[in-house]
Amino acid sequence: MRRLIYLLPLLLFVGVGVAFLRGFDRDPRDIPSALIDKPAPEFSLPPLPGHKEGLSNATLKGDVTLVNVFASWCIPCKAEHPIITRLAREQGVTVRGINHKDKAEDAIAWLNRNGDPYASIGVDLDGRVSIDWGVYGVPETFLLDRQGRIRFKHVGPLTPQVVEEQILPMVKHLRSAS
Amino acid sequence: MIPELGHYALVLALFVALVQSGVPLVGAATGNAAWMGVARPAAIAQLLLVLVAYGALTWAHVVSDFSVSNVVQNSHSMKPMLYKVSGVWGNHEGSMMLWVVMLTAFGAAVGIFGRNLPPSLKARVISVQGMIGVGFLLFILITSNPFIRVVPAPLDGNDLNPLLQDPGLAFHPPFLYAGYVGFSIAFSFAVAALIEGRVDPAWARWVRPWTLAAWSTLTAGIALGSWWAYYELGWGGWWYWDPVENASFMPWLAGTALLHSAIVVEKRDALKTWTILLAIITFSLSLMGTFLVRSGILTSVHAFAVDPARGVFILVLLAIATGGSLLLYSVRAPSLKTGGLFAPVSREGSLVLNNLLLSTATATVFIGTLYPLFLDVLELGKVSVGPPFFNATFIPVAIPMVIAMVVGPFLAWKRADLLGALTRLWTAGVATVACVAIAAYVTNGGGPLLALVGVGLAAWAFFGSLAEFAERIRLFRIPVKDSWNRAVNLPRSAWGMTIAHASMGIAIAGMTGTSAWQSETIQAMKPGDNATVGAYAVHFDRVGAVQGPNYSAEQGVFTVTRDGRHIATLAPQRRSYPVTRMTTTEAAIHTTWLSDVYVALGDPTQNGTAWTVRLYHHPLVPWIWIGSLGMMLGGLVSLSDRRFRVGAPERRRAAKGSLQPAE
Repeated sequence: MRRLIYLLPLLLFVGVGVAFLRGFDRDPRDIPSALIDKPAPEFSLPPLPGHKEGLSNATLKGDVTLVNVFASWCIPCKAEHPIITRLAREQGVTVRGINHKDKAEDAIAWLNRNGDPYASIGVDLDGRVSIDWGVYGVPETFLLDRQGRIRFKHVGPLTPQVVEEQILPMVKHLRSAS
Repeated sequence: MIPELGHYALVLALFVALVQSGVPLVGAATGNAAWMGVARPAAIAQLLLVLVAYGALTWAHVVSDFSVSNVVQNSHSMKPMLYKVSGVWGNHEGSMMLWVVMLTAFGAAVGIFGRNLPPSLKARVISVQGMIGVGFLLFILITSNPFIRVVPAPLDGNDLNPLLQDPGLAFHPPFLYAGYVGFSIAFSFAVAALIEGRVDPAWARWVRPWTLAAWSTLTAGIALGSWWAYYELGWGGWWYWDPVENASFMPWLAGTALLHSAIVVEKRDALKTWTILLAIITFSLSLMGTFLVRSGILTSVHAFAVDPARGVFILVLLAIATGGSLLLYSVRAPSLKTGGLFAPVSREGSLVLNNLLLSTATATVFIGTLYPLFLDVLELGKVSVGPPFFNATFIPVAIPMVIAMVVGPFLAWKRADLLGALTRLWTAGVATVACVAIAAYVTNGGGPLLALVGVGLAAWAFFGSLAEFAERIRLFRIPVKDSWNRAVNLPRSAWGMTIAHASMGIAIAGMTGTSAWQSETIQAMKPGDNATVGAYAVHFDRVGAVQGPNYSAEQGVFTVTRDGRHIATLAPQRRSYPVTRMTTTEAAIHTTWLSDVYVALGDPTQNGTAWTVRLYHHPLVPWIWIGSLGMMLGGLVSLSDRRFRVGAPERRRAAKGSLQPAE
């Protein structure tokens, strides 16, 4: 019995070691946002040069809004861009963008090439606002209700499935709720 | 050519380490003095070879040799010289090199200064140290070689992460690693003792100085890191319970426990198996910290570049070192002889309580840090654990710890009188009540109730520790001159304890003050605007451009006044580094030593005429670092105690005529 006590540290360590080993297959970044159902953090971002409106808490109130964090250097952003464009043009969802750590001229060229579905874009040059929003990487997409509270978050590029099964029902629900 | 020499030296060091880990061990087992004698020269040779390798890498950084991949990725020809040198350890490969330099330096130090160690113990300690060296040298050579060349060589480098181009961070890793790696000596001593099958007070006396040295440097490293986070990250916080911070805090907590339990082994020959276990755990936590930071299995704001191959390698090292030593422990520890008995209320008892609480605290941080991983692996969902968890679990353990910290030194060995100890603490009690009352009056009941508890604890720790010292020198009970003589003749370890414990009180006051009573103002300001933070009025004078060696900056000028009196002119900067395309915040801080006024210039808003300005008033915050510095100083003073000095125990024993059995 007494010997077992001396064995205990080893057994505990083996347990921790197994957890570490299995931890390699996991992505710790895949964590649901802690900001769900909370108001969007206080922020205010300038617009791209040549654009009128930036992005701040005031812009987010009044309508159900999809906020998409993107950058011209981000390949998955290009992949999801047609889906976002369709959401804005065909489903009438207000989409606003946070341009993450990007050069203004690159972002403008990118939007000219791929189309600009965004009602307005805030420029987050150093990524500080993205940190407040809990953004781990681009692209990420948030859905906010009329009061400017974050209700849904998607990490990585949007897929038609996510849009059909999660975003559109949620938009409908939020619009009818308030 | 020089990088190749460094590479070659590193490979040679690996082979020397192999010899060092094998030959002395066999020599100790067979009683062959010549084989045991290999330990010392091997440890010194290994250090020299690693130093050559490290020097070669530093040279490549200093002369900006962009044919070396490591230099390209982390340096730039325009980078200031200080950061060319500190940039060597500001990246994964170089930091592992620094690790090994420290590791071999400690090994060589045992070889050089351990003259009075029994030859077999010395051989075994150095051999175990050699094994750790083998593991890490292999790790560097296989997965993280800093000497790899690039063809063709680019014209210039990618520059070091600007957040790391800062004096606070430049000097923080060497301290931190010296601390982490210093615990390897305690580990090697523990494993050697398990192999020998013998632990005695002499063993504890040899382990303690190494642990003290490691603990002191780790304290300094953690304090520097937190100071850096405070002024460089621009959020005004000083501790975030981030996995990387926790990774350094866990060995510190366990090391603190080890420091205290080793006293019991040294003085009373008790708690032996527990102390051995703590030595193993402390170093294992250091290794685990290295693993967590570099494997990417936990998210953190300041993790190294992540590479799964490196993670697997360190995990294997961890499995061999920790698993192997714990296996040895489970086999050998039950047969270790238990020593002196003691009553629950005694100095030993109080140190056991200290150990229980510190271990609980370590376990709390451990669970909080790894809980997301455990839950994820068990398919129970994703969570993240943040400061609220740590505050809710750590503080309740810390409170009794600090209370007991003061009482413990008043208790006698073997059996003590608790009531008597408490009555001798009445002055500290009165001072504590007075401090709480003053705090309540000054803040006018503002802030949480816990803040007053914090003030009470801080005062109790500070005045209680001084009261213990006063007791020792019989202050005011005998003439002051006699008290002075007593103080001068007190062992350095007593001085060290008082300094460290009282400093802990100072640090707690700082933590409490800034957590409970800080005020912050975050607002968009244009030049000419006014804002207030705490009792201070801040005027935004102007913004100008400043050009640095490898960055350009916007510099705001702010005038801080209090009741119309000019307090300070502060010039925070927002630096942008063109090469890495990153911006950093250089906060400007005015400190009165009682509180800080902190101004950080944030992003320009919408049309570029206003800036998001973060203003903070942090009461008592400098005391966090003053206290930490004091704790480190306490450790160093204690380290200078004559009984730890080379040969001193021998001489004293000889003078007293062998009162103490050597074995």
